[in-house]
Amino acid sequence: MSTASHAHDHAEDHGHDHGPPRGLTRWIYTTNHKDIGTLYLLFSLLMFFVGGSMALVIRAELFQPGLQIVNPDFFNQMTTMHALVMIFGAVMPAFVGLANWLVPMMIGAPDMALPRMNNWSFWIMPFAFTLLLSTLFLPGGGPAGGWTLYPPLVLQTGDAFPFVILAVHMMGASSIMGAINIIATILNLRAPGMTLMKMPMFVWTWLITAYLLIAVMPVLAGSVTMLLTDKFFGTSFFNAGGGGDPVMFQHIFWFFGHPEVYIMILPAFGIISMIIPTFARKPLFGYASMVYATASIAFLSFIVWAHHMFTVGMPLAGELFFMYATMLIAVPTGVKVFNWISTMWRGAMTFETPMLFAIAFVVLFTIGGFSGLMLAMAPADFQYQDTYFVVAHFHYVLVPGAVFSIMAAAYYWLPKWTGHMYDEKLGQWHFWLSTIGVNVLFFPQHFLGLAGMPRRIPDYALQFTEFNMMSTVGAFMFGFSQLLFAYNVIKTIRGGAKATDKVWEGADGLEWTLSSPPAYHTFTTAPEIR
Amino acid sequence: MTHAEHAPTDHYYVPHHSHWPIVASISLFILMYGGATLLNGGSKGILLLGLTLLLITIFGWFGTVIREGEKGMYSDQVDRSFRWGMIWFIFSEVMFFAAFFGALFYARSYSVPWLGGESDHGLVTHGMLWPKYEADWPTNGPADIGGFFAPMHAWGLPALNTLILLSSGVTITLAHWGLIEGNRPKLIKWLAATVALGILFLFLQATEYHEAYKHLNLTLGSGIYGSTFFMLTGFHGLHVTIGAIILTVILFRSMAGHFTLERHFAFEAAAWYWHFVDVVWLGLFIFVYWM
Amino acid sequence: MAITRFTKWGATGLAAAPFLMWGAGARAELGLNMPQGVTAVSREVYDLHMLIFWICVVIAIGVFGVMFWSIFHHRKSRGAVPAQFHESTLVEIVWTVVPMLILIGMAVPATKTLVKMYDSREAELTIKVTGYQWRWQYDYLDQNVGFLSVLSTPTAQIRNTAPKGEHYLLEVDNPMVVPVGKKVRILTTAADVIHSWWVPELGWKKDAIPGFINESWTLIEKPGIYRGQCAELCGKDHGYMPIVVKAVPEAEFKEWLAQMQAKNKPNPKTANDDNSTVKIAGGQTL
Ligand code: HEA
Ligand code: HEA
Ligand code: CUA
Ligand SMILES: [Cu+2]
Repeated sequence: MSTASHAHDHAEDHGHDHGPPRGLTRWIYTTNHKDIGTLYLLFSLLMFFVGGSMALVIRAELFQPGLQIVNPDFFNQMTTMHALVMIFGAVMPAFVGLANWLVPMMIGAPDMALPRMNNWSFWIMPFAFTLLLSTLFLPGGGPAGGWTLYPPLVLQTGDAFPFVILAVHMMGASSIMGAINIIATILNLRAPGMTLMKMPMFVWTWLITAYLLIAVMPVLAGSVTMLLTDKFFGTSFFNAGGGGDPVMFQHIFWFFGHPEVYIMILPAFGIISMIIPTFARKPLFGYASMVYATASIAFLSFIVWAHHMFTVGMPLAGELFFMYATMLIAVPTGVKVFNWISTMWRGAMTFETPMLFAIAFVVLFTIGGFSGLMLAMAPADFQYQDTYFVVAHFHYVLVPGAVFSIMAAAYYWLPKWTGHMYDEKLGQWHFWLSTIGVNVLFFPQHFLGLAGMPRRIPDYALQFTEFNMMSTVGAFMFGFSQLLFAYNVIKTIRGGAKATDKVWEGADGLEWTLSSPPAYHTFTTAPEIR
Repeated sequence: MTHAEHAPTDHYYVPHHSHWPIVASISLFILMYGGATLLNGGSKGILLLGLTLLLITIFGWFGTVIREGEKGMYSDQVDRSFRWGMIWFIFSEVMFFAAFFGALFYARSYSVPWLGGESDHGLVTHGMLWPKYEADWPTNGPADIGGFFAPMHAWGLPALNTLILLSSGVTITLAHWGLIEGNRPKLIKWLAATVALGILFLFLQATEYHEAYKHLNLTLGSGIYGSTFFMLTGFHGLHVTIGAIILTVILFRSMAGHFTLERHFAFEAAAWYWHFVDVVWLGLFIFVYWM
Repeated sequence: MAITRFTKWGATGLAAAPFLMWGAGARAELGLNMPQGVTAVSREVYDLHMLIFWICVVIAIGVFGVMFWSIFHHRKSRGAVPAQFHESTLVEIVWTVVPMLILIGMAVPATKTLVKMYDSREAELTIKVTGYQWRWQYDYLDQNVGFLSVLSTPTAQIRNTAPKGEHYLLEVDNPMVVPVGKKVRILTTAADVIHSWWVPELGWKKDAIPGFINESWTLIEKPGIYRGQCAELCGKDHGYMPIVVKAVPEAEFKEWLAQMQAKNKPNPKTANDDNSTVKIAGGQTL
């Protein structure tokens, strides 16, 4: 790994540099990667609460059998919106925000490669979500066909339909531009001596994630465009009568959708690979194999998509191919898990909040990975598919997976960003309440699914009652614990004990050579990397 | 103008503050909002407003970049950032087309044969639901969506268009040579030729569409053949249009003497884009028209 | 430090608890686990499920065991001094190859089961199942029997104004009746949007796709009533289109079939006119 032999923490040395301008236009016109990173992260936090509130509506309705608080159509709108908001509004922007803050500081770059486009990538998002969320207030309500937008059902959507499609286009444009920026930054702006194989793991995982984004977001755009023309312009892509096939949409969608789930986990892997070495006070085990494993996961992610479609009636050969390919992903992912544990092995560990979240990530993500592997077995998936077992699977990889990694990252770098230490005690409380809450929330869903509860239903048979109640209790516990997180973040931004430049005893990497908080412009001349 | 030699090499140029992105976001929002309301049966007004604003933004934004470039504010490193940006943008465009090609291949190798009774999977589907359907390509499907139509033949206008686009690939290369040789008249001549070929292509494409709608009853609504045909060639045509506009701007900039031997990224980006459009057309010619 | 003790025990307990719960569920009939079902295939699927499950549990115990051992012993507060090793080609090869072998061990039985499930030849009875928003239609091919099957739970129960019955949401007016001990081929399709026909006790589900027909089969061994649900989001009443399969001895089935034929209702939908019929609007309106 790399260290700077020459730290540049005072960019003010350089003539044309100045601190942030004041007022609202600082945020609206900004081209500064740190400002844009902050904007992304705050936006993502807001969306997490919006999407989370929708999840709480879902869980509240499911507390008991029977219809209590919402009608079935609104329930489906909540499910659909919850997923779209969480995926495109909370998790992805959070990772882009982290990349904005960290990638330039980690590779010794003055900013992102294309700063004005960077601003645009961000500012598209609030508008895209305005468009998306506004559909809830249209006659007929929001989209209710699930986030997977399968036709023909999604074509029954009312006025909301074109708004949703065009909002997805905007999000896609934003993601593609964000990804282009990150790739260009990493490929072009590394400080002299920062060779590819010296880059911190977070940078590596983002390089590969950005590649995935550019490869699949346009495919999503294409697929939703076909939906739009099927609905409004008489095309027959997804209509058997015209020679098309509703299942064709699923193929195209999942060609995007599966890589998409790795888009939401690879940066998380990067974060965990930064945090564990710091708190184990020991270099990351198997750096090179981590890089290769990430690349293999990315490669495999393009050839497994139809594992979401085992029940659509694919020919046997297809079924087998996608089953085998999917199972293979366990190998490189296993390499990652084993490397993290070997990094902890014979380290000298301490357990501050970021480390706690990282450890919980390793355990709970792996549990989610195991259930993924179970889903990958086609014959067994005939039973699991479209049940709460799947819901349990993906929430394990997404919530104590992706979301925990984001929280770990926030605690880990917040002192660097703000110059203040967060409240450790509050952090520990947040961690324990979240970890217990998330398990009470999602673990029973495995049982529900196995016992036969389908997903996307507002009401259920009586034998599912107890576990649903448990899950709902967990949801409220987990959800409200997040208020602690928001409180802690705001408190840290506004003040608190002064953080040192290095912050963590075991921290290693260029960003820790900068002051806390770093100057508005850092590395206006490149540091030298040993 | 040759300010290039003043380009700083130790500093990376980070533009400070720009209002263009937010203007662009708002324009895009208005455009999308307008599009959605139009599709829901509203009027065109908002859409046109958004479009106008977006065009203004594009001119304003690119204008700024061009002026900065001419002032020599961009180092070689900035130049490389632009190149990476353009390369990955083109890659994303390739993937966009890939989605539609994927739909074409899927329809031709799976859904249509299945509907026609091929393979175990298609046997029952065909026998019970569509017993009268014979799977052939081109097809508008077992429900005969859009009614009888005649397909587009490869060896008429499309072949001519292939020739035109391929030659435009040559002319733009000649223009590039002119630029590198410092031979501005050569640059301008061949660039103008490229734009002309692009416009000719578009004209012929429009003629073809007219022919399809008027005489062949081949429309966007002609089942899966019509869908894939018009969506693929339509998006391609849109890209040719964009490419031709970019080349026109580049032509005017060349006439204004904007490019130097070492520093002419904008020209190259436009050329890359044009080649990309060219390659997509080859794919179209082979898989949509010919095979 | 209090916090670290808290951390340690909390973390261990937390990691173990789910597995204990799941392990218990796997043994008992607490409605925690996948049903074993009533066909040879469903039992194979169940066995496969349990096989992967236990493999995962064993790996989990190994992996998390090492991790928690390390968390316990290699902590700074116990005076641990960090080692500096950071690679070992040998162990990396080992932990690439061993999982590969485990995966192959899982893929073999999975492949066998899958091949068996795809073989719908030599069925003795064919039933075409068509999904509508939101009801199922069953057509017994070549038997001149066909009927619709709709949720029979009263709206009052759903609206919580009446106490819920035992089979709340899992009951229909006309169940699909099949003979036990016979291979029944089931053809699924749909008239409007995608649905999915799923009865857990039979061990599989299959999507019903408008314009296409999917094949599957079942051979039920035990008479009984088996309940399932539509398993693909199909609109607002997706949660309200249950499936009830009544498996009866052959003789009883013949009798039922004769009765149905006697009613001499012409098929509400015959096989070939799906694309020309008007959609059946709305099931039960809630
Ligand atoms: C971050 C997101 C994320 C991640 C990382 C994953 C990871 C995996 N997923 Fe998941 N998945 C989703 C998000 C994710 N998934 C979502 C959102 C859906 C549902 C979408 C929808 O329908 O709405 C879904 C659905 C889904 C399905 C479809 C289920 C269905 O609808 O029927 C399948 C099927 O194969 C699957 C498989 C897998 C596999 C094999 C992995 C693997 O990558 C996991 C690999 C990890 C491990 C296996 C653990 C660690 C490994 C070891 C310790 C090594 C040793 C192990 C062994 C040899 C066993 N996923
Ligand atoms: C990254 C993605 C992500 C994340 C983070 C989450 C987080 C959560 N998800 Fe979800 N979920 C999905 C992605 C995600 N989910 C997807 C893809 C689907 C499939 C959709 C589909 O079928 O189409 C899904 C579906 C889904 C379902 C199934 C719905 C159905 O099938 O009908 C359920 C049910 O329990 C659920 C619950 C939850 C809960 C309780 C959380 C919790 O973790 C959320 C916790 C957070 C909060 C609760 C926020 C805090 C809020 C407050 C404290 C309230 C205060 C309020 C204000 C200040 C206004 N999710
Ligand atoms: Cu029918 Cu869900
Ligand atoms: Cu997947």
